[in-house]
Amino acid sequence: MLPLFWLRVALSLYGVGLLYALASFWGGRKVLTRITLPAVGLGMVFHFVSIIENAMFSGTWAPTSMHGLESLLAFVLMVFFFIVYARYRATSPGLAVFPLVFWLTFSASSYASPTEPSAPIFVSLQWIYIHVALILIGYSALFFSFIASILYLIQERNLKTKAGMSGFWSRLPALATIDEIGFKCLIWGFPFMTLGLIAGSILAEARFGTRYFADPKILLSGLMWVVYMVLLYTRWNAGWRGRRAAYLATFAFAAAVLAWAANNFSQTHRFIAP
Amino acid sequence: MNFHVIGVNHNSAPLEVRERLAVPEAQLPDAVRSLVQQPGVDEGMVLSTCNRVEVLTSARNGADLRGFLGSYFGVNPAALNSHIYEFQQREAVRHVFRVASSLDSMVVGEPQILGQVKEAYALARGLGAIHSALDALLSRAFAVAKRVRSETAIGSSSVSIASVAVQLAEKIFGSLEDKTVYLVGAGKMAELAARHLIAHGAKNIIVSNRTHERAVELAESFGGKAAPFELLHETADHADIILTSTGAPEPLFRREHGERLRKGRRNRPVFFIDIAVPRNVHPDVNKLDGMFVYDVDDLQSVATDNAAERKKEAERAEKIIELEVDRFASRMKSLAVVPTILSLQEYCETIRQAEVDRIRGKLGTITPEQEAAIEAMTRGIINKLLHTPITTLKSSTDHPEAATIHEMIRRLFNLNTGNPKE
Repeated sequence: MLPLFWLRVALSLYGVGLLYALASFWGGRKVLTRITLPAVGLGMVFHFVSIIENAMFSGTWAPTSMHGLESLLAFVLMVFFFIVYARYRATSPGLAVFPLVFWLTFSASSYASPTEPSAPIFVSLQWIYIHVALILIGYSALFFSFIASILYLIQERNLKTKAGMSGFWSRLPALATIDEIGFKCLIWGFPFMTLGLIAGSILAEARFGTRYFADPKILLSGLMWVVYMVLLYTRWNAGWRGRRAAYLATFAFAAAVLAWAANNFSQTHRFIAP
Repeated sequence: MNFHVIGVNHNSAPLEVRERLAVPEAQLPDAVRSLVQQPGVDEGMVLSTCNRVEVLTSARNGADLRGFLGSYFGVNPAALNSHIYEFQQREAVRHVFRVASSLDSMVVGEPQILGQVKEAYALARGLGAIHSALDALLSRAFAVAKRVRSETAIGSSSVSIASVAVQLAEKIFGSLEDKTVYLVGAGKMAELAARHLIAHGAKNIIVSNRTHERAVELAESFGGKAAPFELLHETADHADIILTSTGAPEPLFRREHGERLRKGRRNRPVFFIDIAVPRNVHPDVNKLDGMFVYDVDDLQSVATDNAAERKKEAERAEKIIELEVDRFASRMKSLAVVPTILSLQEYCETIRQAEVDRIRGKLGTITPEQEAAIEAMTRGIINKLLHTPITTLKSSTDHPEAATIHEMIRRLFNLNTGNPKE
């Protein structure tokens, strides 16, 4: 399958990013530093080609399987990475983003095929597009603010222990920059997530009626949304950052992972129609 | 390759000697002009900074640079001899690379020297004192300096307490542009550190001092504000960077003040630079979220670490330079055979052309196809014949007997028209 082929090309280029992230922990990354960005950038181009072709083959833009969704999420994460890079010249989010993108793309390219599982009966295709796009942007933003809060903790520790300015972690962006990345991702991500959940609810309501709302998927998504909002509120109101913000962000992220994984055991929100 | 460098620097000569040789900026063009008028000097430039005075030339054997220094500056050459260093050929290339890469600087890795070398180069070039050889050397030196800077961390860390403080502030706040600096105590050290912070963008300055007049005076010199010492903790709420340097016997900022400050600032970070001994800020404050306290010892230890790091990086830089010197030297050598190759080709082409013309006269009318065949055949013969001598010349540049091979080919083909090569 052609889309799968391009996806695997993208995967091998993302592999450079993965190596970069792994090598960073040993400090030996001189060569990788220079080739990583061009490599993953090129990977994104092939990834895009694969997504377009996949849509042409399956005749719909909406992902028709969990693997199609993984591929899309990986792509949105990469877009986010480059937006953040363009704005802040920060490559350190890549330490977490590249492995995740690699893993998602790996999973997608190992099984995905446009003819694979049955397309569910969508109520309204337009709403599905909107729902999927908004939610994926929301997930990516949440992931970035999670990474930022971890990097914030590392940099804060770095400065407090007076570890000096040599060594690997000293190359992190300034504390204020990390903080801004995290905060911007929160505020930008929240509306997308909210609207995405609303779009999803409207769809589900129309298709399954109210029984959908007792589904684990929707409960976990709701939990995630609440933590997201608390995170935003404490930051806005009390300027929470550092340790406390990181705990909340971790909690929100864990809820997001569960909500994502819930596709596998949800009765209603799945790709194979119940 | 006939590079020749002579000069004095902070290692080789005391300040009195450097002062006597220093060339004021206005006089530099004159110095460069006199230099290239020296017998034997083909190209030249003069580099004069506060730590070094150097004359860099591409010169034929016998050019007397020491004599030039002595006569131009009116110094007895014998008095200079013990302070002067002199490098030729490969050593000169290495020296220029090291100077441009800031490995020969007093503070290794300081970035100004590259700019100074570039200015000296631009000036000499503008005066027509630099052509091919020095041009090639200097362009390479700039590329090498750039490579050293990007591949080693030689220039990335600060080695003085004030610059370490600035670097840490930037690690915390990113840009210092809209940050407020609060000076508690108005001593000389505080003033120096504050000037560093201002030079890096800090705009709002507040000063408090036990003697309020002194605070007002210092605040005015910065265009800042003075705040009464009694309102110390209230004022601190507005500050991002707090620089303490009072002679107070007990800490002015303790844990409870830090907690108050954090609430007042809604968790925004605060950077304490405590250069007072005994300390003005209790170490416990550093344990609070978002509070970063560096005392004199902390700053000094970062500076020392940085200095050690620089030394390590300098060693790596030396390796890069060694590689680059090799590369440059072999490139210069291969350039040296180019004129010979060209005249060899020219020589054969003249013969070929003459023979073709002669045979065409004899043949009478020929078709364009036949003419093309004659052209192709004669060219083919020449190219095949020349192939071996040319490849031998090209590959002989690293051969110990390169000069002999070179000379032999010139003689065999009687190539006396070009400049005989060194």
